[in-house]
Amino acid sequence: MCHEKAKLLLVAAVLSLQSVAQGQSAAPVKSAKVSAPIDLTGYWVSVVTEDWRWRMITPAKGDYASIPITPAAKKLADTWDPAKDEAAGEQCRSYGAPAIMRVPGRFHITWQDDNTLKVETDYGMQTRLFHFGNWAASGGPPTWQGDSAARWEIPRTRVGAGSVAREVESQGGFGSLAVETTHIRPGYLRKNGVPYGAKAKLTEYWDLNRETNGDQWLVITTLVDDPDYLQEQWVTALHFKKEPDGAKWDPSPCSSRW
Amino acid sequence: MKILAAFAMAVVICMPASAEIDLSGNWSTRQHQDWQDRNPGPEAVDYIGLPINDEARARALSYSASLLSLPERQCLFYPPQYVVIGPQSIKMWAETDPVTGKIIAWKISAAPDRDVITIWMDGRPHPPKNAPHPYAGFTTGVWQGDTLTAYTTHIKAGYIRRNGVPSSDQATVTQHIMRHGDTLTITALIDDPIYLTEPFVLSRSWKLDPNVQIPPTPEPCSPAAEVARLDGTGAVPHILPGANPFVNEVTKIFHIPQETVMGGAETMYPEYRKKLRARYVRPEKCVRYCCGWEGREAVDTLKDCIGDYRQTPGLSLPSQGLDK
Repeated sequence: MCHEKAKLLLVAAVLSLQSVAQGQSAAPVKSAKVSAPIDLTGYWVSVVTEDWRWRMITPAKGDYASIPITPAAKKLADTWDPAKDEAAGEQCRSYGAPAIMRVPGRFHITWQDDNTLKVETDYGMQTRLFHFGNWAASGGPPTWQGDSAARWEIPRTRVGAGSVAREVESQGGFGSLAVETTHIRPGYLRKNGVPYGAKAKLTEYWDLNRETNGDQWLVITTLVDDPDYLQEQWVTALHFKKEPDGAKWDPSPCSSRW
Repeated sequence: MKILAAFAMAVVICMPASAEIDLSGNWSTRQHQDWQDRNPGPEAVDYIGLPINDEARARALSYSASLLSLPERQCLFYPPQYVVIGPQSIKMWAETDPVTGKIIAWKISAAPDRDVITIWMDGRPHPPKNAPHPYAGFTTGVWQGDTLTAYTTHIKAGYIRRNGVPSSDQATVTQHIMRHGDTLTITALIDDPIYLTEPFVLSRSWKLDPNVQIPPTPEPCSPAAEVARLDGTGAVPHILPGANPFVNEVTKIFHIPQETVMGGAETMYPEYRKKLRARYVRPEKCVRYCCGWEGREAVDTLKDCIGDYRQTPGLSLPSQGLDK
């Protein structure tokens, strides 16, 4: 019954829309900020319940557990020397895009402009910029946070049936943020020198989950591809709890030792 | 205006409650987080990053892994939250109503030590509080956009870490199951009024892989006498209060202060690092699982990778990590 009624209405609507479209230009494209299906802005804290020994403290040289590194990566990690990094002004090597969301800290997310989402970290004082739309990187040398292209993934539902069935974006404030980051300055996946290379690519999916008690949890599924130093894609998932304000925001610079 | 109204009406008439996504398939494990905890096993006394209370800590310290060798305990299952604690790949499939074709339940395959999880999608209520607690618990699910949120009650008492950190039969689990292309992520929030001071949250990911072999139901288990000294004696392996011989092991191997090793919610948050900074001295070299990546199924070579941690000054006891 539902399908029959909908079919008639949809046929009428589609036919009418076609005739209207012939005489009118397309509606203006909404900015990423306006079309955001979820609100990620605010302060978030990383809740470190996994890989604690490798995130909350600096592990020993040679402790590579869990990361699918290649023999070449192992060889390089075995030469890790934090003093050498300090002397070279490379204290931020473990704060690059593939590792930054794993650092134990707080993250402040704001809109820099209508199509750029900004993620700042207190630990390491890094800034990530997620560019939506037809953004193009300006070139130049690679940076710790690389070039990030972002898009909203809004779930689609199929409505109608038969020949008039179509997919529409679902309503209700659901969706995810997808981010691809490249052009990243080579650095460390872990503070103890486990390397990623110049060809590393980072793919992230940011999901927002709301609990019945009002808590909000941000879950980031992180995929790191690196043909130089990883035997397979490094797949991890992290969670962050939303905080009411920035009262616990505690900026501290990069450190190669702590 | 009329056109839009007609279109909107048509959409509303048949708009599903959510944007259901197909979760079915064989999802291959990725042990790229907590590999030691999920594969060889955690250190015998390591409660770091767990929001446990004193009661949980006391029970954990009295735990002996030899308990698992008792014939009556060899075939017991872990609770359903082990889907994110354990190392296994999972299979997911839907069960449909034969008349309407609607999905009435999503299933998550079993593991050798965990039962099949059924996530009821047909709106049925949870059983009364005092109803039996099956190994899989009782789970209902709803779609929130294209995230399947599942809520589990009626869980049997079990563990949240394989070194004996307990979970009670009053624990509940909320799981958010998210799919992005060929990647599946499950975030589980474990609440337990008996043993946790705040939710214990874990997130894990799997990759779609039709080639991975995953039996949907548990494999048969036959108990047998594993340890001669326990066979038929009626002894229940345990450790008396204040007598746990492993209590300093993590401190000696990894230089982590003992009070940190005892866990608690405080250890999960970044500001805890301020307490650690003055007390933690990085070990000179890796002495435990230092082989590098040996592949996802690295158990066979694991014993060669444990390393020379036994040469750590003051350490003479073997770890229980490989006991199970």
